[in-house]
Amino acid sequence: MRRWVLPGLLLAALVGAWQIAASTGFLADVLGLEEFLVPSPGEIASSLWESRELLAENAWVTLREILLGLGCALLVGAGFAVLMHLSGLLRDAAYPLIVASQTVPIVVVAPILLVWLGYGIWPKVVVVALICFFPITVNTLAGLGSADPAAVKMMRSLDASRWQVFRRVEAPGALPSFFTGAKIAVVVAPIGAVFGEWVGSSSGLGHLILTDNAQLEVAREFAAVVVLSAMALILIGLVTLVERRVVAWR
Amino acid sequence: MSVSIRGLGHAYAELQTIDRLDLEVPDRTVVGLVGPSGCGKSTLLELICGLLEPSAGTVAVGGAAAAPERLGQCAFMPQRDLLLPWYSALDNAALALRNRGQGKAGARAEAGALFERFGLAGFERARPGELSGGMRQRVAFLRTLVAGKPVLALDEPFAALDAITRAEMQAWLAAALRAEPRTAVLVTHDVEEALYLSDRVAVLSARPARIVAELPSPAPRAADRDAAVTAPEFVAAREQAMAALKAGSQ
Repeated sequence: MRRWVLPGLLLAALVGAWQIAASTGFLADVLGLEEFLVPSPGEIASSLWESRELLAENAWVTLREILLGLGCALLVGAGFAVLMHLSGLLRDAAYPLIVASQTVPIVVVAPILLVWLGYGIWPKVVVVALICFFPITVNTLAGLGSADPAAVKMMRSLDASRWQVFRRVEAPGALPSFFTGAKIAVVVAPIGAVFGEWVGSSSGLGHLILTDNAQLEVAREFAAVVVLSAMALILIGLVTLVERRVVAWR
Repeated sequence: MSVSIRGLGHAYAELQTIDRLDLEVPDRTVVGLVGPSGCGKSTLLELICGLLEPSAGTVAVGGAAAAPERLGQCAFMPQRDLLLPWYSALDNAALALRNRGQGKAGARAEAGALFERFGLAGFERARPGELSGGMRQRVAFLRTLVAGKPVLALDEPFAALDAITRAEMQAWLAAALRAEPRTAVLVTHDVEEALYLSDRVAVLSARPARIVAELPSPAPRAADRDAAVTAPEFVAAREQAMAALKAGSQ
């Protein structure tokens, strides 16, 4: 109960305070802005309702980018982690490069992807995949490497092949780390999608935020942010649910 | 099947762990190894099992000296139970059978047939986390026996248990070995445990390990453990072993 009630109460208090400060004009006065630029939660909620179709259309675009990018990152990231785990040569060659690649800001890569892949969904998918790849790969690799050497010896004395050691000891043991990586990826994926849309797009929540900003539609801008956060929260919830089912022994 | 060790030496880089060690373990005999902490007892066991290669001398298990052949003859039971938390007790016990390519149903049936005798009936589907320390240890022992290897290599199998469970498990293992005699090498830091479970106890020196004394046990695996370990001959043998241990530690 405490886990849900306390943050819920705090959130309600903050939103309530915001509502009072915004609807009385106090917040706009303090910030020295016109009142329509500082919407109250109530106004954001009604914008959310009035623009529901527009928001849903754009959310669906962004969600597809997130899911495709995340899916690619999960497959490629986990697969690559397994390959690096099984081949010391590949790990020694590739791991430092993977870490070093993180120093290249995605901000710089996104425009290049736009040039290469055009205005469609793919540059966004690739940005999401690139952002998600690192936490998934690094966490999975660490998980695979954390198998107890004594357990590996025990398996060898029980006639296990290399593949059986991997399948029965290393891979299941790496699942919690894999899910840690997946959860981090889910959190950063919307950032990647929105950023990909900012660089160049004709739809999506990131695109909507950008155009609303230009038109001073601040309430709807906030509404888009709420939708984006809700999407990320639902995704984290789903990953956690899958984790609880798959890593049931914990 | 017998184990024969001649002039055995082993070193980790500069560190000489075992030096010119000779040991004979005749067929269906249990030899206990006691020695000061860190003297190389566990290393010796891993050498016997073929999990390590000697740097000098030979280890032969049933005449086979090559490491993969030794590995095929020895079942290694490590200090901790190392049950895989993602498998049920039954699937943990059946690991060796599964590793050899036996189907799931057949392996489960074969391992499950022994659960009653090991006092584990009704716990086939339990996860290791749901079992008591003594039960986990019995599952680990069952897993070792199901492997069907002629030689058992037991590395402080009861070290992780409390005193009462430990005594119970000793009596239980004694009964299991009386019912089905095996060639076994038992490493322990507990002189009483070694004397009670083994036919003969070899006392090792501090590193590099050598055998400083070999003592016959007065009552190997006697049915009444409490009476056996308090008998005057047993107490005398224990004192003798302790004296050898002290002398060898210096």
